[in-house]
Amino acid sequence: MAILVPMPQLGESVVEGTVSRWLKKEGERVEKLEPLLEVSTEKVDTEVPAPASGVLLKIIVPEGETVEAGTVIAVIGQPGEQLPPNIPQKVDLHAVGAHELVASEPPQPPAAAPAPEQTPPAGEQERARRPRRVSPVVARMAAEYGIDLSKVPGTGKGGRVTKKDLLRYIETMRKEQAAEPAPAPAEELPPWEQPGSGELFKPSEWEPEPPKKPEPPREPPAPPQPTRPSPAPAARPDEEEVVPLSRMRKAIAEHMTRSVLTSPRAATFMEADLSRVLAHREKHKAAFARQGVRLTLTAYFIMATVAGLKAVPEANAVFREDAIVLKRRYHIGMAVAVPDGLVVPVIRDADEYSLLGLARKVNEVAERARAGKLLPDEVSGSTFSITNHGVFGSLFGLPIINQPNVGILGFGALQKRVVVINDAIAIRPMIYLSFVFDHRVLDGANADKFLATVKRTLEEWPEE
Amino acid sequence: MAIKTNLQAVRDTLMEIMERNPNVVVMGEDVGPRGGVFRATQGLYERFGPDRVIDTPLAELSIVAVGIGMALNGFHPICEIQFADFIFPAFNQIVNEAARFRYRSNGAWPVPMMIRAPYGGGVSGGLYHSQSVEAFFTHVPGLYVLAPSTPYDIVGLMRTAVQAPDPVLFFEHKRLYGLVKGEVPDEYYEIPIGEADVKRPGDDITVVSYGLALHEAIKAADRLAAETGTDAEVIDLRTLAPLDLDTIYASVRKTGKVLIVYEDNLTGGWGAEIAARIAEEMFEWLDAPVMRYAGPDVPAMPYSPPLEKWFLPTADKIAAKMRELAEY
Repeated sequence: MAILVPMPQLGESVVEGTVSRWLKKEGERVEKLEPLLEVSTEKVDTEVPAPASGVLLKIIVPEGETVEAGTVIAVIGQPGEQLPPNIPQKVDLHAVGAHELVASEPPQPPAAAPAPEQTPPAGEQERARRPRRVSPVVARMAAEYGIDLSKVPGTGKGGRVTKKDLLRYIETMRKEQAAEPAPAPAEELPPWEQPGSGELFKPSEWEPEPPKKPEPPREPPAPPQPTRPSPAPAARPDEEEVVPLSRMRKAIAEHMTRSVLTSPRAATFMEADLSRVLAHREKHKAAFARQGVRLTLTAYFIMATVAGLKAVPEANAVFREDAIVLKRRYHIGMAVAVPDGLVVPVIRDADEYSLLGLARKVNEVAERARAGKLLPDEVSGSTFSITNHGVFGSLFGLPIINQPNVGILGFGALQKRVVVINDAIAIRPMIYLSFVFDHRVLDGANADKFLATVKRTLEEWPEE
Repeated sequence: MAIKTNLQAVRDTLMEIMERNPNVVVMGEDVGPRGGVFRATQGLYERFGPDRVIDTPLAELSIVAVGIGMALNGFHPICEIQFADFIFPAFNQIVNEAARFRYRSNGAWPVPMMIRAPYGGGVSGGLYHSQSVEAFFTHVPGLYVLAPSTPYDIVGLMRTAVQAPDPVLFFEHKRLYGLVKGEVPDEYYEIPIGEADVKRPGDDITVVSYGLALHEAIKAADRLAAETGTDAEVIDLRTLAPLDLDTIYASVRKTGKVLIVYEDNLTGGWGAEIAARIAEEMFEWLDAPVMRYAGPDVPAMPYSPPLEKWFLPTADKIAAKMRELAEY
């Protein structure tokens, strides 16, 4: 059976490639995944591995020639195998098994009539070539969990993969993975960052857990140890305490580390005068309360953040190797402290809410976050995140980006400060805005434009 | 706790409302000494007299128009349209006046009134006594459109409806008047306008309905569960306008598959709007096309019993559609 080697598609927007060098000659033996040739495109130069072991039967596209992705550039077969007569010019790169060209095995009477067993695979190829119908929910979940749908057995109409099929598949995968301690790959529980608890994220009657980290040092703080629990000669039990990682702690640790390793971070800071926001809040607090809504500053912060994101679309984006994906919807993650750590519930389409709606949503989501009643879908899919680290008095911070966002905006402690306005000294309620951004996507100029828009929105809050 | 039919629920609640609220008057064709063709107003005339229970001429335009005038002058009229089929002479009054008066007067002149109308088929009523007319009115902003289908919901919603400051269309399915019995608590309760009710919880598919079709859908869901194990969640809209999209969406998020069942003919029925909303806002949750099962697009409900049955969404037909959805 001959295997066709097509020009690969080296990126979503790359439609053609140039054969720059063949690394094997015709008739030479190749092993599967061994580099077969070098290909250059306008974006990358790369080696293409052999799709199968065998002998390079034929080079179809010579060095220096540029062809479209999918064009058959070579054929690999078994030693002594003859070149099949029916080599197609192109194959569909997305079709399963399309590269396997069923050819005259031992030289058979060619062309005359296809051997009987050739028909069924051809039919199957035909079926595989047809695009599989995928429902919206299945497409979304497959993308979220990074699942190759061709591996999921379908029980729907015409073998369609239903949502249930996918859930079952995910469940099995999860069970299999539970056996090994490897971190779940696409577990979307993206808590990150430091405590965001306090007045804005929780009702005041909720007592924060006593800060865990600075445990009363009974001993000089243990030197940083490799993540492994204490090595063989363990310390005496009264000298230290081993707190096993909770699921959430583990997820937080994993996410923080991954984020720092992923995004080259830069930060910028500005100061905002909240006089007008506070005046507005004072004026409307009672009216909101009558509707059962506690008017938190967070609602204003989210609105201002959305205004900034609209001014600088690159801040509401995802970085991909080959592209920056600008998100047209504004799903804002907000840090909420929970007893075991923190979660980042997402307010979807935050731009579509009124202040009342936003405040209601913030209350409600924070409430459910603390009750541990968030739906899985509510803690994923943020396009940008904010944290309110000011509640313990922190003025500014360097929060860690909630992946795959490209930025996180921290709101510092509200303080009355002396500021100079028109050469007069005034006392104003001020906060620092800390914006940590992914320098792969944003540069200082547009990061500052974003932050300045947030600042201006807060400072120029309309009176009504 | 008393067991009542839908009809008893209507009658007792009207009595109670008139008792408690002296501004309420009932008016319509034969609502007086005769007690209404369905006996929904029986006893009201004897209890409250001709000033508060008014027999009107056979002129629906004037029933509603006079009602609007009374509403603007401090009364809370409950107008009865004997059959929903006869509401069209009053259409202009309802749509052009009642629904818009508050808006037109910048909020100064609300029109607090209720219009009751028995609707729907299945009673061999033929062309002029079987129609489902709700979609004409759900289309119009400014109207509340209610269609409760159980005694409990009728009582709770009617109590709320008579407190609404704006016109309420209260549709009662006439086939269900005597067919459905249910418990009504002795304690006073109300049901807010705009809240749907999950009548049968389930995980596999969502069925949204109201009226006679709702009861058939529940029957179909039970049958399907017994036969194939498919567990359908059946939502009773109760209020058609405003729609309780939250309840519908929560269910669609769970099941990913939704069927809307209504008795009105398919095209442009209220289910069409529900389907559109789901398609637009729940796209990423859908695991199958949004499906509808509704009356056929023929000019009216036929009189002939076999043909009437052909028209109506019966449990058999709904179950077949549910199966198709479940298998998708």
